Amino acid sequence: MTKQKMFLRMITASLIRRRSRMIVALLAISVGAAILSGLVTIYYDVPRQMGAQFRNYGANMILVSSGDGKDFDVTAMNEAVSHISPESFLGATPYRYETVRIHDQPVVTAGTDIKSAGITSPYWHIEGAWPAEGEALVGKTEAEHLGLKTGSSFTMSYADESNEKEPVERDMVVSGILETGGSEEDYIYIEMSDLESIAGSGDLDVAELSISASQEELTAAADSITSADNGVSARLVKRVTQSESTVLTKLQALVFIVTAVVLVLTMICVATTMTAVVTERRKEIGLRKSLGASDRSIIVEFMGEGLLLGCIGGLAGALLGFVFAEFVSVNVFSSSIRFQPLLLPVTMIVSVAVTGLACLMPVRSAIDIDPALVLKGE
Amino acid sequence: MSLLQLKNISKIYGELKALDDISLEVENGEWLAIMGPSGSGKSTLMNIIGCMDKPSLGEVILDGRDIAKESDKGLTEIRRDKIGLIFQQFHLVNYLTAVENVMVAQYYHSMPDEKEALEALERVGLKDRAKHLPSQLSGGEQQRVCIARALINHPEIVLADEPTGNLDEANENIVIDIFKQLHKEGTTLIVVTHDPEVGEVAQRMIVLDHGRIKENTINKNFGNT
Ligand SMILES: Nc1ncnc2c1ncn2[C@@H]1O[C@H](COP(=O)(O)OP(=O)(O)OP(=O)(O)O)[C@@H](O)[C@H]1O
Ligand SMILES: [Mg+2]
Repeated sequence: MTKQKMFLRMITASLIRRRSRMIVALLAISVGAAILSGLVTIYYDVPRQMGAQFRNYGANMILVSSGDGKDFDVTAMNEAVSHISPESFLGATPYRYETVRIHDQPVVTAGTDIKSAGITSPYWHIEGAWPAEGEALVGKTEAEHLGLKTGSSFTMSYADESNEKEPVERDMVVSGILETGGSEEDYIYIEMSDLESIAGSGDLDVAELSISASQEELTAAADSITSADNGVSARLVKRVTQSESTVLTKLQALVFIVTAVVLVLTMICVATTMTAVVTERRKEIGLRKSLGASDRSIIVEFMGEGLLLGCIGGLAGALLGFVFAEFVSVNVFSSSIRFQPLLLPVTMIVSVAVTGLACLMPVRSAIDIDPALVLKGE
Repeated sequence: MSLLQLKNISKIYGELKALDDISLEVENGEWLAIMGPSGSGKSTLMNIIGCMDKPSLGEVILDGRDIAKESDKGLTEIRRDKIGLIFQQFHLVNYLTAVENVMVAQYYHSMPDEKEALEALERVGLKDRAKHLPSQLSGGEQQRVCIARALINHPEIVLADEPTGNLDEANENIVIDIFKQLHKEGTTLIVVTHDPEVGEVAQRMIVLDHGRIKENTINKNFGNT
């Protein structure tokens, strides 16, 4: 048998056969590692999560016509969207507002892409259902004004002011009532194709975009859209994007501090346990010395035990940490976390380093043990 | 030249002279018993011979080297290479099996060799207990593991401090038989004991009192029992 094999046999025997002792240290290390890897996962995932959260408060870029006579239609909008990197692009919703008459009253009706309106305006609260073709989503104020309820049907008519043609009429059904607490409650929303069926084709008034990107990336995208000169100019909705990055920085700082504190606490806990382990094993250390163990081999043995603990604890902790991060993510951000595979080796290395550091002091005191004194006293 | 020479050694703890000007020579292959009342300095003397401690005054020459002049590292080496220690309280590593405990001594000395360690256990009659932990062994069995461990590296000197202090008559006899065997093989044996039966089987006996050698007698009946 080689020395290395005997070394491994000794330290594994120590860990396995003295497990009740070692479990405390192991617990400290794995909890520390779990919180570490959990927080780091959250730290890196928070921008994504927070980005998604902020998107919940509406679009962060709007497109309007540049006013140089070029068409601002859905094709132009999609051309503008192609300037945005597909990974960060979440959705783009066109809006075209026309005044139609319902029950002989003028009502502003927006033709839009209902599906992407759900993405760029996630705060819309709908009583009933999102509209399909031939259906309308009626703002709460307008619904009360017109006496419309979910399921009611109505006729809307459109008359082009420029030519004195007969108004075009269309029958619609209310699929739901829209509540936002904002000006959206004054409008009726229908599919773009429905609007075009009575009002013909025309330019968009605005398009709202949701993009998950940093302030710089957003600015760059907006610049590139505007300078492409395709009849579209892009503007950022500044207030939201700026507060987003401030909150992010603060949140990350918080996570960073908590991680540092947890690391220090883990170290103290491991150091305390290792000190207890060394004290408890003074006799064994004295015995090993009397058998001819050099200071170096005593250090190597105890550090070996500590580092093995660090390794096992780090591995268990990294996995626990992912579960912890997932738990936090699901409960705080209501979405799943993205696992960083690199975090596994990093957590293990950090745990081993922290355990090693924590073991240094107790191990140093171990080599000062005088075998004669320890072996004499019962 | 003698294997071990103590020249006027003293060990002083504050006011107390645990050893007071002791001179002693031990020949290669000799079997020496050290007796005396409690507190007379037997363990102190043992620790010095075993290179676990240094005298306050005097010279200890072991195999031609003056241990008073050795560094801690040097003492560790001498202990590892030349000395086998047997303790009254056994002192086994409690999470290692009997055979692993023997292998620990090999580990620090040279190379662990399970087969050789098993043979050493067989020699003290413990072959079938090799895989037991110390807590699963009786006191006598633990002491025999300790002896197997002390012998595994073929030390020049075996030092035993009260090797039978915690054993019953039957186990004591087993230990004495092992000592006889060792002596026959030419190992130098120094045994501290309270027990006259263990003292009387030795070749020579010294009696300590208050840190001094009070008696130094050759056993005329040696080998007859
Ligand atoms: N480290 C120490 N510091 C102070 N005094 C000590 C120390 N070690 C031993 N002594 C004292 O030295 C004297 C001799 O002790 P020693 O252990 O050698 O006795 P002993 O003959 O082995 O006794 P016993 O038969 O009880 O084991 C005792 O009076 C003891 O109190
Ligand atoms: Mg004693």
